Amino acid sequence: MLLRPASETQITHLGRLWLYVVAGLVMMFLILPVFVVIPMSFSDSRFLRFPPEGFSLRWYASYLGSPEWMRATWVSFQVAVLTTLVATPLGIAAAYGLHVSGVRFARLLSLALITPLIIPIIILGVGIFYLYVLLGIVNTIPGLVLAHSILALPFVLVTVSSGLQQYDMNQELAARSMGASRLTAFRTVTLPQIRGSIVAGALFAFITSLDEVIIALFISGGQNTTLTRRMFTGLRDEIDPTIAAISSLLIILSVVLLMILVLTNRKK
Amino acid sequence: MTLALDNARELRADERRERFSILGLSFPALILVTLLVFLPVGWLFWLSVIDGGELSLIHYRRLADATHFRIFYVTFEISILVTVLALLLGYPLAYLMSQLPPRWAGICLIFVLIPFWTSLLVRTYAWLVLLQRRGVINQTLQDLGLIDAPLRLVHNYTGTVIGMLHIMLPFMILPLYAALRTVDPNYMRAASNLGAGPVRAFWTVFFPLSLPGVFAGSLLVFILSLGFYVTPALLGGGRVMMVSMKIQQNAGLYFDWGAASALGVVLLVVTLFIFWVLSRFMRVERVFGGG
Repeated sequence: MLLRPASETQITHLGRLWLYVVAGLVMMFLILPVFVVIPMSFSDSRFLRFPPEGFSLRWYASYLGSPEWMRATWVSFQVAVLTTLVATPLGIAAAYGLHVSGVRFARLLSLALITPLIIPIIILGVGIFYLYVLLGIVNTIPGLVLAHSILALPFVLVTVSSGLQQYDMNQELAARSMGASRLTAFRTVTLPQIRGSIVAGALFAFITSLDEVIIALFISGGQNTTLTRRMFTGLRDEIDPTIAAISSLLIILSVVLLMILVLTNRKK
Repeated sequence: MTLALDNARELRADERRERFSILGLSFPALILVTLLVFLPVGWLFWLSVIDGGELSLIHYRRLADATHFRIFYVTFEISILVTVLALLLGYPLAYLMSQLPPRWAGICLIFVLIPFWTSLLVRTYAWLVLLQRRGVINQTLQDLGLIDAPLRLVHNYTGTVIGMLHIMLPFMILPLYAALRTVDPNYMRAASNLGAGPVRAFWTVFFPLSLPGVFAGSLLVFILSLGFYVTPALLGGGRVMMVSMKIQQNAGLYFDWGAASALGVVLLVVTLFIFWVLSRFMRVERVFGGG
């Protein structure tokens, strides 16, 4: 087996063994740190050891029993859901408009829409904070939702645009020539076929908002402190094992969302 | 004749109107980005050249001292180091993925996507736990008898680089993999037909063809590293000061908007310049999950 060529132009599997080993180590480096937190979160001591010395759910109990942590979780989920609801339709509309109009400066406009991904977030944080102070919307849910929508929009735009590029727009023209209005044609012909990319964009929007830390450091606080902001502050001061429990839950949530994404895009 | 011409002109005008009304669908998004990105960033530009109500370059002049030089130096050094390490670790995996049958490549891709999808803060926390004095890594090394006393792996430069490398690696691997996948295997077949061994064929044929992917991934990782905040703030333990952290300190702690803006403008200009270089190598939308 090892002595068989790896491909028609390649050396044997044995000759390429080092590549498998290096790639395997890199994959371990990528994945282990993510999952090592989960067993540790069941530790029964204040000091996180691996393997944990005893099993307990005390850090989960400490998370679920703390009104501050619960409040922060509620704020984060509210903001993430609202951000998804704002960014997804705006992103779909923009992607569709830029794709269909075919004007020459469409590419420029789409670059303008993805600038929030390029500008260092700290600069956006300072700028938006300054703006919000003037508008008096620091530490409010709508303020957070708008700021997070800016970060989520590019992901929706990019995924939906790539969906539209793989879709034959003539189908919509056919529907319209048979009497469907533009909206009906979009809703009944185009939309079902780009659903996979829309789901991907929406999931991206949700996770972007849920995980966002830096802007929240500036514009979330008091009653409306987000979960990640509270975690960040907690980490700066001491390693509170409660954060291991929260981290484990967030990791599981990410993996579940990734699975949904993979499954919805596989059906095609 | 004139009637037909009029008609054609009318149709063209109609089409143009239609195109613009469709383009209007992108306006809500553009307005939001203008209000929350371009306006505030423009404001920062303005604040950076204003002192006591007058135009002045004092904030920029204050950046030209040893403290700020050190901050920029450290930021660049860490970013370059992280980029080089990410390329060294990322290339072999991306290469292997590009050569494997799709099913196996898909499995490897999961290993890249899971950390990519996991919160940056959570991953930074994981490294904090792994690298601490009595953490897994020190414990394992001690149990194996490789070291006598625990190494200082975190709350310093080393910890920052390890954490950032982990977070940046998917940003290197994903564009690299996309580029390596498009290299036509027939070139390698031709090379081997002409008598090149696998190693020679790789270095003279495959590697040069993969360079656009290498540039794209490296520039992306470098840009993102320049603006890093969370990981150096938590893993650096106050010993590593990068530009973003200084900006946060100026704005959030001292409310010194002039200093924060001037630093922000410098960081932004450097980032946009590198981004412009990047955009000459590839369609940048591709990098962020598209395609």
